Amino acid sequence: MAVVNYGVGNLRSIRKGLEKSGATVQVTHNPADLRGSDAIVLPGVGAFAPAVKNMEPIADVVAQAMKSGKPILGVCLGLQLLFTKSSEGGSVKGLDFISGEVVKLPDSVKTPQMGWNTINFARSHPLLDGVKEGSYVYFVHSYYPQPADPTVVVTTTDYGVKFASMVAKKNLFATQFHPEKSSKTGLIMLKNFVNIVKR
Amino acid sequence: MLAKRIIPCLDVMNGQVVKGVQFVNLKVEGDPAELAADYEEQGADEVVFLDITASHEKRDTTLEVVKRTADTISIPFTVGGGIRNITDIQNALSSGADKVSVNTAAVNNPKLVEASASIFGSQCIVVAIDAKRVYVDDYVSDKTVVETCNGKCWWEVYLMGGRQPTGIDALAWAKQVKELGAGELLPTSMDCDGVQTGYDLELTREMSKATNLPVIASGGAGNLEHIFDVLTVGEADAALAASIFHRGQYSVGEVKRYLSEKGVPMRLV
Repeated sequence: MAVVNYGVGNLRSIRKGLEKSGATVQVTHNPADLRGSDAIVLPGVGAFAPAVKNMEPIADVVAQAMKSGKPILGVCLGLQLLFTKSSEGGSVKGLDFISGEVVKLPDSVKTPQMGWNTINFARSHPLLDGVKEGSYVYFVHSYYPQPADPTVVVTTTDYGVKFASMVAKKNLFATQFHPEKSSKTGLIMLKNFVNIVKR
Repeated sequence: MLAKRIIPCLDVMNGQVVKGVQFVNLKVEGDPAELAADYEEQGADEVVFLDITASHEKRDTTLEVVKRTADTISIPFTVGGGIRNITDIQNALSSGADKVSVNTAAVNNPKLVEASASIFGSQCIVVAIDAKRVYVDDYVSDKTVVETCNGKCWWEVYLMGGRQPTGIDALAWAKQVKELGAGELLPTSMDCDGVQTGYDLELTREMSKATNLPVIASGGAGNLEHIFDVLTVGEADAALAASIFHRGQYSVGEVKRYLSEKGVPMRLV
């Protein structure tokens, strides 16, 4: 599978996490590599607007992958990019694969939300196979997604507001938290994703 | 509910973990990657490496250890110590660190915080602040003086591993780095570090209130009560400790079970 390289930050952890789960991983920004991959991972580093800009040359390939049914996993910022728009840095358009807006966490809580929080299941999903409700996963974010369609919500988390911490729609899977940083619980989810890709 | 974090800190010198008392008398205590993996197993929420290698040339050794550690563990991992510029930050992150902590370089060049936060994101920029109490008889106009149980004081920022006073007000500095884009603060009390008599609760509480950023308390953990105090009275979001874990005085699991029983939200494994 291809992990999209935005050019900044730590991509080593997500690569290692997927490799431990049995995937062969290429960290790349090359459209041909993305086209040739069995799955695309949008990792979670950086700010929204620069990430959208870095995505421009490959946005079409990712959109084709979306249509063709190729599994796509978005992590943290990679989840946020899938939405219609984000209020981070004004109002910036995303890939619009999932309708909805990404907005700032309320002022009543410290931002960024940094640390381990629990997930509540909104519905069952193959990514959650073997994961217990109420498990802790690792979050680092100041913005959260508000999907227009509630049926895309897989898990919710409370932090000043109850928000969608995992969403899924057909071949799209995305987590606001970092499975690659969530110890054993996260590795189970990555393994589940790899198994979905292999199917 | 967001859990409070327990973070073992590994002081790394020339690729080995060491620990001293108040930054001197360093003793070798083991391999960083092995210790980090052991801590994850015990339930550590994150791990911090502070690189105290004296020579900048030998830092490649540290990056190798960072890579090896990052490949071993699946919890967040911060690297600090000797981070001087954007290249150092990029090197640490691409070697597998999730966050970097900057200290001296941020004070000498506050624009580094701003530039690195805009390139890599605020979430990976931790500003470490070594602070020492300066007791005063009365309020001082350009310092944030706080009434503590030992009298009025402000906190002065120290550099160079605690050797160089700067005259800078630590609470004002904390507010400034928040504006510049820091995502988290790591105050270390120079009064308390390594002496195991408890964290400086007033320092962490004032910093937490002044900035509303996540605060990792550091310096002074000697027993379980100290950690409980800093996460409650001290209003810290995370507690960092070194000696009590390396010496096997307590396991991370013991600390977390104790805190959980006393009502502190903890991720138990």
